[in-house]
Amino acid sequence: MNAPLTLLDRLWSLHEVHQGEDGTSLLWVDRHLVHEGSHHAFAKLAERGLPVAEPGLTFAVVDHYAPTRRTGPMADPAIARMIDTLRGNATRHGLRLFDLEDPDQGIVHVVGPEQGLTLPGLLITCGDSHTSTHGAFGALAFGIGATEVAHVLATQTIWQRKPQALRITVDGDLPPGVSAKDIALNWIARLGADGAQGHAVEYAGSAVRNLSMEGRMTLCNLTIEGGGRMGMVAPDDTTFAYMRGRPHAPHGDDWQRVLDNWRNLASDADARFDRDVALSAEQIAPIVTWGTSPEQALPIDALVPDPEGLPPAKAQAARAALDYMGLVPGRPLAGTPVDQIFIGSCTNGRIEDLRAAAAVLAGRKARVPGLVSPGSARVKAQAEQEGLDRIFVEAGLEWVASGCSMCVGMNGDLVEAGKRCASSTNRNFRGRQGKGARTHLMSPAMVAAAAVTGTLSDVRPLLKGRAL
Amino acid sequence: MAGWTVTRGKAVLLPMANIDTDQLIPARFMSTPRTQGYGRFLLHDVRRNARGEPAPDFPLNAHPDATILVAGRNFGSGSSREAAVYALVDAGVRVVAAPSFGDIFAGNAVNNGLLPARVAEADAALLTKVLSTGTAQGAADLGARLLTIADLSVPFELDEVWRTKLLNGWDDIDLTRQHSTEIAAYRARIQSDPGRFPDDNAVRS
Ligand code: SF4
Repeated sequence: MNAPLTLLDRLWSLHEVHQGEDGTSLLWVDRHLVHEGSHHAFAKLAERGLPVAEPGLTFAVVDHYAPTRRTGPMADPAIARMIDTLRGNATRHGLRLFDLEDPDQGIVHVVGPEQGLTLPGLLITCGDSHTSTHGAFGALAFGIGATEVAHVLATQTIWQRKPQALRITVDGDLPPGVSAKDIALNWIARLGADGAQGHAVEYAGSAVRNLSMEGRMTLCNLTIEGGGRMGMVAPDDTTFAYMRGRPHAPHGDDWQRVLDNWRNLASDADARFDRDVALSAEQIAPIVTWGTSPEQALPIDALVPDPEGLPPAKAQAARAALDYMGLVPGRPLAGTPVDQIFIGSCTNGRIEDLRAAAAVLAGRKARVPGLVSPGSARVKAQAEQEGLDRIFVEAGLEWVASGCSMCVGMNGDLVEAGKRCASSTNRNFRGRQGKGARTHLMSPAMVAAAAVTGTLSDVRPLLKGRAL
Repeated sequence: MAGWTVTRGKAVLLPMANIDTDQLIPARFMSTPRTQGYGRFLLHDVRRNARGEPAPDFPLNAHPDATILVAGRNFGSGSSREAAVYALVDAGVRVVAAPSFGDIFAGNAVNNGLLPARVAEADAALLTKVLSTGTAQGAADLGARLLTIADLSVPFELDEVWRTKLLNGWDDIDLTRQHSTEIAAYRARIQSDPGRFPDDNAVRS
């Protein structure tokens, strides 16, 4: 009898080219995604005079520095140079480039799945930590550094030690107004921002099965914020329905053949995980972060924590975070005035996210300014077809083109020092959205609630009587 | 990259947990070519006060010649930007000791000759005590997996493969090319598996 296997075991052995005596494996990479930030890696390749080993498996996307206002000349020459460098490298090595004006351009982790480049069972790498997103399809996907990007470019393989397997099971029904973002922030707050270090996380349970692909991507995306390099969900009919007919997905006879393979991509019922964590969906409330690490998160109806009441190891960090965030211990989180909002990013910039925000904003006015940046040009087109753009604009928000935008501020979309931003992104680190910027992470619906009220607010009362 | 066995230098304390890569190097500096040096970007905003001047009480401002940093848990969490490691290395840092590291950061560090020395929480507390009043001379010994600061020696954990890489200064690309026959065989095996290679017809370049 064969030993029971986890999904991680299956994906790992599918890609093993060589097993080293030292316990590391040389793995084949099926899709390698590069962006403007990959310039260090291309420079390393050029230094050694090496070609890209598999241009047909390498895809370049303009996203990190993409201007979200695409009319007129680019204001900042440094930004223009970053994009030009990527164009040059893509041309030199014969790579498919999703350039600014491409109807398929977008954030790399939105484009991959949307184009059917991401498929169940594949191994996907990218020089970006949120590559974990692609695991939502039952792929082995993880972020790598520049030296590793150069290695994948040169050899189409990567050396890795197999991580341990951590299963997070979420059973039950998510209450209305609660989303995948809240599940993720919930477990990160519980296990810590390093809670899943050294582990690949598999998400299971009825609440995960009931999530759309968008929701699963949000969950896998945020795995890195809990320290896990890879997140994954076993593919099922929801996955296959999403994949079917995507531009690069298999079709015809091949489609039937892949479906048979894909159905085997799951953990055996009696597979052993190194760690197991269980959450009850019913008990998850809309969450906001109050500090400068994603682990510093609490339900919206909580009070700003008092560092004196925390364990000493956490108290000092909490004090520093509250000081940076300009929050007073003991006051309710709800009601904290915000200066602006941002909806977008690879975490929550997909169509379902925009729909969730629009459901709150429809017929209402935003009390604070804000930016809505769809995750891709395709998401943008679909949102416009559904009339979501009009809801945002009529509410007083700015509807702009797709890119990483205010998630990281590399394109110049920044939050000013001292300003407080309700944001659908993934990192509330000091200075992430701009020097001195104060970021509160939350779901897109919660961001919409903050826009409507001008403060951190519980979205649930605002959803009463609205179709979701 | 040159290999090394023992490194000696001045140790300072960065008594903070969750020093993420956005703090190690803010995004706005990342369009700079590496040839210009990244050392001046290290912890750029963290080490300055509200007026943008270097804060005199920040340990690295008082001791820019430090080569060993002792920090809190989850050092280097966040983005995969290897620029965070470049900033450390270009500023002369050879060792970071902490109770835990971001996974991607630790791999990037080793690829650039920087030692991510993982120490037990209790030992981190002892090291913090030794450095709480100032700096001290320190040494990291890869052979013995031992970190010494002043007269306190504590063991550190390091993946065996990573230790070998640091000792030898090995480059993965050269190593991997020894396996090119296996790689070619693997490729041939999967070539006709549906989905493994994207449909050429759909690729516009
Ligand atoms: S949206 Fe943010 S997290 Fe996602 S790839 Fe872009 S910068 Fe990274």
